[in-house]
Amino acid sequence: MDYGTLRGFFALLILALFIIIVVWSYSKKRKDSFDDVANSIFEEDKLDTADKTRHPDKESKQETNNNV
Amino acid sequence: MTTSNTSAVDYNFDVVRQFTVMTVIWGIVGTLVGVLIAAQLIWPALNFDTPWLTYSRLRPLHTNAVIFAFGTSALFATSYYVVQRTCQTRLFGGKLAAFTFWGWQAVIVAAAISLPLGYTSTKEYAELEWPIDILIAVVWVSYAIVFFGTLVKRKTSHIYVANWFFGGFIVTVAVLHIGNSMVIPVSAMKSYSLYSGAIDAMMQWWYGHNAVGFLLTAGFLGMMYYFVPKQAERPVYSYRLSIVHFWALISLYIWAGPHHLHYTALPDWAQSVGMVMSIVLFLPSWGGMINGIMTLSGAWHKLRSDPILRFLIVSLSFYGMSTFEGPMMAIKSVNALSHYTDWTVGHVHSGALGWVAMVSIGAMYHLIPILFNQGRMYSMRLINIHFWLHTAGIVLYIVAMWISGVMQGLMWRAVNSDGTLTYSFVESLTASYPFYFIRFIGGVLVVTGFLLMAYNMFKTIGAKDNSLKPLEVA
Repeated sequence: MDYGTLRGFFALLILALFIIIVVWSYSKKRKDSFDDVANSIFEEDKLDTADKTRHPDKESKQETNNNV
Repeated sequence: MTTSNTSAVDYNFDVVRQFTVMTVIWGIVGTLVGVLIAAQLIWPALNFDTPWLTYSRLRPLHTNAVIFAFGTSALFATSYYVVQRTCQTRLFGGKLAAFTFWGWQAVIVAAAISLPLGYTSTKEYAELEWPIDILIAVVWVSYAIVFFGTLVKRKTSHIYVANWFFGGFIVTVAVLHIGNSMVIPVSAMKSYSLYSGAIDAMMQWWYGHNAVGFLLTAGFLGMMYYFVPKQAERPVYSYRLSIVHFWALISLYIWAGPHHLHYTALPDWAQSVGMVMSIVLFLPSWGGMINGIMTLSGAWHKLRSDPILRFLIVSLSFYGMSTFEGPMMAIKSVNALSHYTDWTVGHVHSGALGWVAMVSIGAMYHLIPILFNQGRMYSMRLINIHFWLHTAGIVLYIVAMWISGVMQGLMWRAVNSDGTLTYSFVESLTASYPFYFIRFIGGVLVVTGFLLMAYNMFKTIGAKDNSLKPLEVA
């Protein structure tokens, strides 16, 4: 296979990988787990500073936007 | 921790504290050197006829100080903090983490001594000579071991997106630095590049643009993905978008380097590839910016009362501006006008002072009270003043450079009907003087802001533990 054809296949491979990443990350099945991860940075506060006055907003438990 | 005990993990915050304090110190030093060389462009006598203070030696000192001393210390501090907090575990490597601090400060001091003495490899943003390059490589590999070691022993199942960006930045900078610094030493402080001609130029800008793309962008996006949601007290707008953002950004940035070599001996096809990739790069850049700014959706009112959040969000608007301007300037016909003019300088500073410095300053103001057991910074009013000084300084700086740059580009390309040049180079320089003065004023405002930040920081550190209570927001 000549170099030009190889590069063509490589470009298609990268495009396919990108589409897979988009489909994977936007699949409905993963929404909940991603919401949990997005909120995970607030969990640590509750664990570590339960005795302190700082507490995250009630709003922080919201889901990430439903449309995206 | 294997039990359900809710007490704190024994985090290694010592190294985070060290890097945090040095970030502010190097911020002052780096911008002060910048103001000095900006002043030299107006009053050349300010080099006092000493070789150590000439513009040519201090300019690389300024860029190295702001990128590698200020910016990279901020990245060390925030990445070590974020990786521990999001992985719920202590930093891996014990003394190795301390070594990265002292090793990195040694690199900075070596740069601050060797550059004014005139030792340089002449590669932009990679001027340091080979013994210092080796120290950088050793420290950087240690950094990678500490960071990825911590990820490996994490107590959480998922790796939070900020760590992906930090990890991508650490790996790529190691590859870039080692690749571009391949030299043949001929004496203790002199070496020649292993590459020659156009290949050397391409290696240099593969390194140079990815220093922008991975150190000054991906690393600081890692900072953004943790500190913007934390300060806004809301989760990131779209976690899914952040995943696509990461993969799109890292797979595209690596190709953009050739746009620094338009109309040079680099083959035309390589220039065109660099141009196209730079334009496509606009998409992930703006995806990330929108993701950061929209995190505030439904909580915009917080911007009114929280100057730290304002730093973080305005940094994203500057990020959006400079990642629109960058692809535009990478277009060959636009580049024909902008290249080698002050426009480039303005563009770089809208990214450096606007995006990199503002997101770091915001992250530091968030971090300092936490690291030093306080509820808030010593003075919120001073943060607000700092915000306005910094913003006004950037606006003066970049507007002056835009006008000066476009004017230079137009004057250089102007020809008379007989084909001779309309203006001499000196005429374009004289025309730029007023704008150099405005730039100088902008720089002074930025340095003043950093000095206020240092005062505020030391007052916060010096205060009795927990004596500064968080303000209740109305």
